[in-house]
Amino acid sequence: MVATLAAAGEETPGVGRPESGPCGVLNMIEIDNVTKVYKMGDTELAALGGVTLTIADGEMVAVMGASGSGKSTLMNVLGCLDVPTSGRYILDGEDVGKLPDNRLANIRNTKIGFVFQTYNLLPRLTALGNVELALMYGDSRNRRQRAVDALERVGLGDRVKHRPTELSGGQQQRVGIARALVKNPGILLADEPTGNLDSRSGDEVMRILHELHAEGITVIIVTHETDIAEHANRTITMRDGLVVGDESHAVPSTSNGL
Amino acid sequence: MRPLDVLRTALWSLGSNKLRSGLTLLGIIIGVTAVIALMTIGRGVQQGITSRIESQGANLLFVQPGSTSSGGVSGGQGSGSSLTLEDAFALVDPVFAPSIKAVSPQIATNAQIVAGRENTNAQVIGITPEYGLVRNAVIETGRLVSSGDILANSQVAVLSASVSEELFGLLSPVGQTVRISGRQFTVVGILEDNNVGFGQSNQVLIPITTAYYRLASQRTAQGGISVQSINVEATSQEDMSTAELEIATILRLRHRITGDDDFVISSQQGLIETLNETTTALVLFLGTVAGISLFVGGIGVMNIMLVSVTERTREIGIRKAIGAKRRDILFQFITEAVILTMSGGVIGLILGLSFGPILNGRAVLGPRPIETGFSLDIAIIALVVSGAIGLLSGIYPALRAARMHPIDALRYE
Ligand SMILES: Nc1ncnc2c1ncn2[C@@H]1O[C@H](COP(=O)(O)OP(=O)(O)OP(=O)(O)O)[C@@H](O)[C@H]1O
Ligand SMILES: [Mg+2]
Repeated sequence: MVATLAAAGEETPGVGRPESGPCGVLNMIEIDNVTKVYKMGDTELAALGGVTLTIADGEMVAVMGASGSGKSTLMNVLGCLDVPTSGRYILDGEDVGKLPDNRLANIRNTKIGFVFQTYNLLPRLTALGNVELALMYGDSRNRRQRAVDALERVGLGDRVKHRPTELSGGQQQRVGIARALVKNPGILLADEPTGNLDSRSGDEVMRILHELHAEGITVIIVTHETDIAEHANRTITMRDGLVVGDESHAVPSTSNGL
Repeated sequence: MRPLDVLRTALWSLGSNKLRSGLTLLGIIIGVTAVIALMTIGRGVQQGITSRIESQGANLLFVQPGSTSSGGVSGGQGSGSSLTLEDAFALVDPVFAPSIKAVSPQIATNAQIVAGRENTNAQVIGITPEYGLVRNAVIETGRLVSSGDILANSQVAVLSASVSEELFGLLSPVGQTVRISGRQFTVVGILEDNNVGFGQSNQVLIPITTAYYRLASQRTAQGGISVQSINVEATSQEDMSTAELEIATILRLRHRITGDDDFVISSQQGLIETLNETTTALVLFLGTVAGISLFVGGIGVMNIMLVSVTERTREIGIRKAIGAKRRDILFQFITEAVILTMSGGVIGLILGLSFGPILNGRAVLGPRPIETGFSLDIAIIALVVSGAIGLLSGIYPALRAARMHPIDALRYE
């Protein structure tokens, strides 16, 4: 059963690719029949039941689907935060399935920026400290300045000394984005980045993600809201751990102009 | 991750939970303080013993009668004591015993000393003038027993400072008379107390001949004047063993010994070693007790690190999600543990060493004051050991932290 549905998923990505823009020649992400199975006592639960997907460099993809359909699980695998039970994952031409922990950490540090629904900032560090943290585990030249620049990019130049508790939800999420983009990653993964935000803050966050996409970063966003999915040029729909829909569409002119 | 960042992160984490870090630190501080203080005291006691024995004269050998000679007939007047005054004089022989510098035979007995209404018990030692040289006896006032006193069997006495104080208080006893076992003696001098032999500080020195004829007349089976021990000073530290051989040869010849010796030669060094063995055992025992408290402190550190790792699971997840490697997390937690124990070690070291000056010159572990001093090796050991404790107690919690999977850690509530 898994095999047939996975096969169905395999055909769909091809539809979206031709329209994926000037950078679409290179595949940023290729996953092949990826599964994630959780063992709960005797029963096995397949959070991902064999997903095959290709995402080109520079695409902006929205992932939609009902709660529990496996969106977060997929994002965690793509972000190298989780390892699939089976299947192949090629990121930027490199098979990450077989990589040792150290190399995975390196990939998380340099290639991927992850934005969480719950922000995941360290509460005792300032905004600046949280952004700098990302640079501590890798190339840390010019750390302070780069962190300040990243915060300025998300419009928080005047909030660098604030702790997360002294910031609004939207501001905290922008610190989260600054932390993700300060490393100049090729991919930005955002799991319901606006899920906890009011629409105004959500729009602000989406505007920033758009800008980053316009600069050539591959952006993948998990969302429940169709109007947010419309910002993307491709929407992947999931159900029960499988990709059941994959369509490309023209991006609304407002965001296209960026 | 740069070492400076590791250090800063660790300090920041410890600082964000000051009370807990402080209490954990306290455990280590107490342990290290106890170990350092006890080691310092123990060493002070040991050095005290050594210097006290050495103050009794350098390069000393003691000749004492051994077990009763095998062929000797027991009974008669003597108890079979084999060393005689003649033996002692025979040792002063530049030809056969070139390594012997001076010889001082002695006869000792315990007696009651009476002066007017005061009385006290003291060890009465019959000596020759060489005693002053060989045993480093320092005269405070008056003079020591002279060779004239020996020849004349004079009833003169030199009191140790403590005896003098007990009998005469602050008055000078020189020229006064005391009664020793009922006989009148004229006091001719006072002996400095520091130089009094190990053990007994109440001492009275009298001419050896007087001691023999008036107080404790013991004769050998052959009729010689027997002595209780002969102190021999060797010409130098290196000549000690040669001197020992020379003594043995002369005595064997004189005693016509073919089998077992009827005398025993012991050295000051041997005495020091024996006493040191005893004190070392004591110090080690105390050190072990203190070490256990340090061990308990280490368990405290491990406990707190485990709690800290669990509490900060989410933080670990976040750090891993943005690219921290296993070893970054590992180093972070180990550094925290080592900082805790090392700073505990430094503070404990300072506290422990400050016991030194406080206790210096006071009597601890015995009736005599001890001398304490700073010893670099103890300081280094304290720091290395506390660092090692940090490493040992930090490594398991740190490994647990490092092994977490990023997504599991992030999901932890
Ligand atoms: N650690 C886990 N152990 C067991 N089952 C899990 C675990 N994590 C996720 N699952 C299961 O996997 C399935 C997919 O979960 P996932 O979080 O990917 O859903 P989602 O699409 O992100 O949902 P939502 O929109 O609510 O965030 C769910 O049925 C969930 O119960
Ligand atoms: Mg989710």
